Amino acid sequence: MTRLARVVALGLVFHVKHLTRSPFDVMITAIWPLVYASLAYFMFRAGSEPASLLVASLGATIMGIWSVTTVGAADAIQRQRWTGALELLVAAPTPFWAVLIPITIATSAIGVYSLVSTLVWGRLVFGIPLDLAQPVWFALAIPPTIVSIGLLGFVMASVIVRFRAGWAVGNMFEYPVWIVTGLLIPVAVLPGWAEPVSWALAPTWGMHALSDAAFTGGSPLLDIGMCLLLSVAYTIVGAVLLGRFLESARRRATLSLT
Amino acid sequence: MTGLRVALIGGLISFRGLFTWLHPAIFVPALIVPPVFQVLFFAYLGRTAELQSDSFYVVGNSIQLAALPGLFAISQAINGERRSGMLAPLLASPASRVAIILGRALPVVAIGLAVSSLSFAVGALVLDVDVAPAALPLLALTMAAATFSCTALGIAHAAVGLRIREMAVFSNLVFALLLVFCGVNVPLDDLPRWMSTVAQGLPVTHAVEAGRDVVAGATPADVGGLLLTEVMIGVAYLVVGLALLRHYERVARRLATLELV
Repeated sequence: MTRLARVVALGLVFHVKHLTRSPFDVMITAIWPLVYASLAYFMFRAGSEPASLLVASLGATIMGIWSVTTVGAADAIQRQRWTGALELLVAAPTPFWAVLIPITIATSAIGVYSLVSTLVWGRLVFGIPLDLAQPVWFALAIPPTIVSIGLLGFVMASVIVRFRAGWAVGNMFEYPVWIVTGLLIPVAVLPGWAEPVSWALAPTWGMHALSDAAFTGGSPLLDIGMCLLLSVAYTIVGAVLLGRFLESARRRATLSLT
Repeated sequence: MTGLRVALIGGLISFRGLFTWLHPAIFVPALIVPPVFQVLFFAYLGRTAELQSDSFYVVGNSIQLAALPGLFAISQAINGERRSGMLAPLLASPASRVAIILGRALPVVAIGLAVSSLSFAVGALVLDVDVAPAALPLLALTMAAATFSCTALGIAHAAVGLRIREMAVFSNLVFALLLVFCGVNVPLDDLPRWMSTVAQGLPVTHAVEAGRDVVAGATPADVGGLLLTEVMIGVAYLVVGLALLRHYERVARRLATLELV
């Protein structure tokens, strides 16, 4: 157990460093959510809901984290495949899930750049005041939000281990999750089935946790708890799925086919 | 004649080659799911912001979505050649660069039109947007104009692919630029003045305006000027794009960086 925790921890540090090596990638991670934040600001400002600018800021932040995660995590296995490392990693005595989890969490952790950039952008360009009601809770809510979104990415990576163009599959989940988790659009305006679906998705609870801490002054403890609970569930589901898909890929000798 | 053969046969082989690494079972949904959900996302966001009607977002986004294949497919054609080690032999060949690129652009134009049409159809059905059947041919023509201009922009931005590696990311940024600036989701009058001025020189802007007019009942004579402007903008980007391709190819040859970037 200690060995696995060490693999995950070291993998996390390694992949965060690896992902921050490219200034271009970091810049894009920081800029991408600004596009949607700006659109939301313009739309809410021009419309009749100016108060929603504050929520839009946080919603765009989580959207940015999910965007980075959905494509990055979906492509994580393919990147290992291209570098010729996938077979070695799968053949190693360390369970592959312990190798993959740090990659997907590191990918979502890079989304912190989008958090900072979006909040600063809203403040500087659109004059949205950043008065956090509970700054300590806000800071405490960030890690579980990022980890749970990263582990949702892990489930996705596990499911699409067999696809070569994983990024394309990941890309398909970007807008649907944005819509159904109520990041910019209240779930109430969506069809009734959307709400139960949103409960199973980490961005919903991450958004609740951050907005509770930032704006309402309510306790984000329940939302943080849900993030942690979902993290455990995602880990179990992802590990089981990954095991099955890898076994199938090994049996068909298709693991390294690019 | 040789140029035409290079364009048609080269374009066909290149398009078929796409499916060696991207299975149709992924390729087709990738061209349907994100566009349809983009339309729905902004329509619901528009309802939340109480800014415009569903029709505004369905028309705007479905026309802007012509840029999806226009930008990504052309740039990935260059990246794909590089990744498979074929870029240097391709550029070392005596074949006309214009024929090579335009051949790869032909399927993109067809796909762009299909993506726009499908996004509009699904968006209109799901959100119950009323459109007179008589307006559909002119709307399709509007989408075709946008597809042409977006593909031309795609060629211009693909030239940059000879200098940078992260083309998918760059394509995303250009796509986002069109989304923000061109009045797709925010009326041009509600954007800062400098943004609406920039939008006048971008593809999509005039097509979106024409598309909304068409859905509102405009005749071909009413929107002819807008469509002509959209096409002329496309021609301008095409000329610039082909010139940039020539320029960056020369630079890459001189610096021996064709396969390094």
